[in-house]
Amino acid sequence: MTPIKCYPPKPPRVYLFGTCLVDLFFPEAGLDAVRLLEREGIAVDFPEDQTCCGQPAYTSGYQDEARAVAAAQLDLFPEPWPIVVPSGSCGGMLRHHYPKLFAGTPLEAKANELAGRVFELTEFLVHVCHLELEDRGAPETVAMHTSCSARREMGLAETGPALLARLGRVTLVEQERAAECCGFGGTFAVRHPEVSAAMVEDKSRAIEAAGAERFVTSDCGCLMNIAGRLAHRDSSVEGEHIASYLWRRVGK
Amino acid sequence: MSLETPGVQTFRPQAFHRQAHDALGNPQIRANFRGAMDGLMGKRREAFADWELERLRELGASVRLRALAQLPTLLERLEANCQANGIRVHWAEDGEAACRLIRELCEARGAKAVIKGKSMVTEEMHLNAHLEAAGIEALESDLGEYLVQLNDQTPSHIIMPAIHLNTDEIADVMHDKTGIPRTRDVDAMTAAARAQLRERFMAADVGITGVNFAVAETGTLCLVENEGNGRMTTTVPPVHIAVTGIEKVVEQLRDVAPLYALLTRSATGQHATTYLNMISGPRKSDEQDGPEEVHLVLVDNGRSAIYQDDELLDTLRCIRCGACMNHCPVYTRVGGHSYGTTYPGPIGSILMPHLMGLEATKDLPTASSLCGACGEVCPVKIPIPDLLTRLRREAVGEGRGNVPGAGSKRTRTEAAAWKAWQWLATHPAAWRGAAGVAGRLGSLTPSRLGPWSDHRVAPKPARHSLHALIKRHRSTTDEEGQS
Repeated sequence: MTPIKCYPPKPPRVYLFGTCLVDLFFPEAGLDAVRLLEREGIAVDFPEDQTCCGQPAYTSGYQDEARAVAAAQLDLFPEPWPIVVPSGSCGGMLRHHYPKLFAGTPLEAKANELAGRVFELTEFLVHVCHLELEDRGAPETVAMHTSCSARREMGLAETGPALLARLGRVTLVEQERAAECCGFGGTFAVRHPEVSAAMVEDKSRAIEAAGAERFVTSDCGCLMNIAGRLAHRDSSVEGEHIASYLWRRVGK
Repeated sequence: MSLETPGVQTFRPQAFHRQAHDALGNPQIRANFRGAMDGLMGKRREAFADWELERLRELGASVRLRALAQLPTLLERLEANCQANGIRVHWAEDGEAACRLIRELCEARGAKAVIKGKSMVTEEMHLNAHLEAAGIEALESDLGEYLVQLNDQTPSHIIMPAIHLNTDEIADVMHDKTGIPRTRDVDAMTAAARAQLRERFMAADVGITGVNFAVAETGTLCLVENEGNGRMTTTVPPVHIAVTGIEKVVEQLRDVAPLYALLTRSATGQHATTYLNMISGPRKSDEQDGPEEVHLVLVDNGRSAIYQDDELLDTLRCIRCGACMNHCPVYTRVGGHSYGTTYPGPIGSILMPHLMGLEATKDLPTASSLCGACGEVCPVKIPIPDLLTRLRREAVGEGRGNVPGAGSKRTRTEAAAWKAWQWLATHPAAWRGAAGVAGRLGSLTPSRLGPWSDHRVAPKPARHSLHALIKRHRSTTDEEGQS
């Protein structure tokens, strides 16, 4: 049973773990996450030496390499502030897999302590910031794609849609088989490209069929996959990270 | 595999990519699986709607864990209590030994015709081929298994063996192989199969079935089924041979209730199956029917090796409901045969590497996006994604080395690539430098990115990384703060 998580009161300061996909491909999403947090009066500390959580190697079986990279991240968050991650996948890695990765090693206690203060961005905005949003955007029909890690590993099927529901001019539609994987799966898309392609084709068609003008997700892997598929066949539907979408509609 | 029936369509785990490619390009296969899996997922959801599912899963998991924790003792108790009931118990170290043992039991009775209830463990050991090589005919009596056997195929699903066939294809099989007039009428075809099988039940010398739960406390063999073929197989022929993997034992009779509730709902969305057979011995002197002999064959076939590892032993909790494959987005698209193994889908991908070695099955643990749907629905809470990840480690030689074929997937190129990645990700200045270079080259990076861009637009590295954007953001907010 997923343990009930007790959320802390809104803190004055947090860390941001930006994730490597955001860093390299969707940096605006990371910056928009910072802006959303600052808007709540929270100072955001972005340790400059952060790189990658180690998940790509971890799920490929290269555990030693993953552990070395993860160990380098463990040192970067010394203060007891929450660590906000704009990704359910990387958040799940930090929260659920770091303790396993370091079990029985001298870093076990450190990994457990860090895991306990990891929050996925939408989780943090809903449960800690109790974010209120005044929608200044144009009316739009939007579908949310919640990543499998956010949905199942982190138990956060509701937080993304909850934020979108607070946007007064956004009509949220649910695509058929919303809980089904988009087919990204990190290196899965590389190792089994045909199966992955069949999955993302179905996912992108479902989003279109739901009547969405746009889809929003909190994971850049899914974003790259689904938006890449939609663009490949010149669909009018675009994808966006939820941080960017929220900031664009409510920002200053 | 040593024995394969000539003429039977064979699939191999080594050919997963090609088999999956063929299935993905076959609209009929795609439609059959998608439709069937959607139906099964819906039925399961409805069946559990009024239940506290999480509590029931916790209970199911704890029953299985308690049984596994004392497996050697329980097996001995099962043997003793079965024997006390008049069931003869046999042990087989592997599939070959089990086949030999079963053949000898048949030969001792001069058996020529065997009727079979559904049993995946006998599929695992290719029992039918073995018996047929010895001149003993083995006929499947589960309707799906019967169709698959008529069609010279193997099951594509552990609960619904013929799920890859649609009504038209079944009509062809029934017409071509049994000579009935061609009809799409499901009831008419079922009635014809029933009539055909009825004669064979009467003529069979031996009935062979699997076991769903073997109760140590009472020496009871539970057999869950819908068609009555299990009841017929275990009561009509003079000999009943039950075959089971050693992990199917449970401690007490009362353990059956939660597992049965979970099994039927998870598998087919039924609150109860039409039949739940509880077999506790051969016909007694004052009884009118039932077999003269009942045998239980306990098959190891790699299971005690799995049992030695405190993480991998979770694989043995499985009660074979098939919910993991019903909910798997990969299985739903490639179908059961693509896996080329007795057990397809997520459970197959965590079980088959132990039975066939990681060299033959190296593409199976990676044939998952780790989406977690399997683990979420597993009625006994097997952490399937974690076990898939563990087997990926074993395959590249970074596990404990206790799975057959460990390390066979490791290539020098991939290992070197991950080492290079490790170096970069542990040298932050170099990482930032590389990100900067990638960003500046953004428009120059290839628009084709291997198979990725066959179906998607290739992602372009952003001109400025998040590191760079935040630095700039800080300098502007600091200036604002100062002014």
